[in-house]
Amino acid sequence: MSGRLWVQRLGHLLLGLATLVVVAPILVVVVEIVVRGIGAIDWEFLSAMPRAGMKEGGILPAIVGTLLLTLGTALVAVPVGVGGAIYLAEYARDTAFTRSIRLAIVNLAGIPSIVYGLFGLGMFVLFLRFGASILAGSLTLAIMTLPVVISTSEEALRAVPTEFRTVAASLGGTRWQGIRTVVLPQALPGIITGVLLGLLRAAGETAPILFTVAAFYLPQLPRSPLDQTMALPYHLYVISTQVPGMPSGVQNGTAFVLLALVLLLNFAAAWIRRSFRRRRPW
Amino acid sequence: MSKVSIRDVSYSYAGSPEPALSRVNLELPEKTVVVLFGPAGGGKSTLLRLVNRLNDLVEGAVRSGQVLLDGQDVYAPGVDVTALRRRVGMVFALPLPLPGSIRDNVVYGPRLAGVRDRARLEELTERSLRQAALWEEVKDRLEASAFSLSGGQQQRLCIARSLSLEPEVLLLDEPTSGLDPISTAKVEESLLALKASFTIVIVPHSVQQAARIADRTAFLLGGELVEVGEGQQVFTSPRDKRTEDYITGRFG
Repeated sequence: MSGRLWVQRLGHLLLGLATLVVVAPILVVVVEIVVRGIGAIDWEFLSAMPRAGMKEGGILPAIVGTLLLTLGTALVAVPVGVGGAIYLAEYARDTAFTRSIRLAIVNLAGIPSIVYGLFGLGMFVLFLRFGASILAGSLTLAIMTLPVVISTSEEALRAVPTEFRTVAASLGGTRWQGIRTVVLPQALPGIITGVLLGLLRAAGETAPILFTVAAFYLPQLPRSPLDQTMALPYHLYVISTQVPGMPSGVQNGTAFVLLALVLLLNFAAAWIRRSFRRRRPW
Repeated sequence: MSKVSIRDVSYSYAGSPEPALSRVNLELPEKTVVVLFGPAGGGKSTLLRLVNRLNDLVEGAVRSGQVLLDGQDVYAPGVDVTALRRRVGMVFALPLPLPGSIRDNVVYGPRLAGVRDRARLEELTERSLRQAALWEEVKDRLEASAFSLSGGQQQRLCIARSLSLEPEVLLLDEPTSGLDPISTAKVEESLLALKASFTIVIVPHSVQQAARIADRTAFLLGGELVEVGEGQQVFTSPRDKRTEDYITGRFG
């Protein structure tokens, strides 16, 4: 008896250590960035154009650029991704065709982001002649985000019990009416979570925007979807490695802003999931 | 003429060696309560779901024979399935309110069918809830969530939800299986009141319940229709040995 108790204690200890190994680096990184970066944050840093070779002033164009790119990504990835998920979860039968779609989605999720960047360069920037632009960058990020949006949305749709569809059908609803009025509303929290998780990955990516939209230094706000823009992750890369003599306050401040933006999206996702779950009837 | 005629219907689910129904013939006269009873797996639910074509949702099943509603084959090409399901309502074993208020639930069907007139929806709400014997309990809180109701109330809400489409036939698949005796009595009471205006087919959740409400009784065993009788006859003097064995509790 005491032997088994001992084994259980050991098990708990090992699992606890494993958890610590996962959590500790995240904590260290977050604390490090917050401690070093928060001092650089003031109104000017958030609202002004960069000056003096980006060593002074603010990072407004990078913030605006990242927000616009995230918005553009959402505009493309949400309708296409959720539509695809509805097709896969509600309409598609299990055929060789749908199996190949699923395989493609799984594989898309595993492709390195730099490959998306090169694809975007070839497809949107050069072939479709969008040039390096918010449009090309958003499309590239959207393609990268699609697998996450599709698979989480499909999962959320499948989690809605079949009986709801049966009830809707028994009351004279068409399949689409059942989906629209009963299934989608209940799958919405899961879908929103998936969308936000996909978007926050897109917001933090550098490689896909490297060739498709990101500007090294562009001290003005974009005026049209065909303009280039600065973006936070790329800006961080630039000021960390490409510009000698960069004050560390600017670097840490930029990292802090990017991290805060991503964490904000993350918390939003968690909050939405929680508040909907409390309302879920079953 | 019968409201619904089931003619020589056989049905097999994909991957199942035994047919769920084999050559079933059954007449459902207008404005009666027809009870389908028998042990689990006998094909009662399958038979119900064939009348409103809910089994269309099952992939790979094989069906033969005819189901006639007012003499028209519901499986004939060109039949509007949604219109059929508005004429043939269904209540399931477990009450499953849809997300939304009590009112939303009651008028869900009519709204999908395109009814927009507020006064009309109002009228349907009150009448359906009265028919389901729920009106008095919920009339002051129609905007409350349907999930705030008790299990028995939820099931009566589901009955009201079917009734708001003003169906001609009502299929009930063990509608009281999840309910306590008091709620069961209320639901049965409302069913007997409904008999005057609807054709009701019910799979009861006990032989006792079957005997209480049946005008006509059909005993299904292993996909086969063993015996059909008027009123209490099947329970008091079954003609078939298998029916007798089941009723007297020798199996099932």
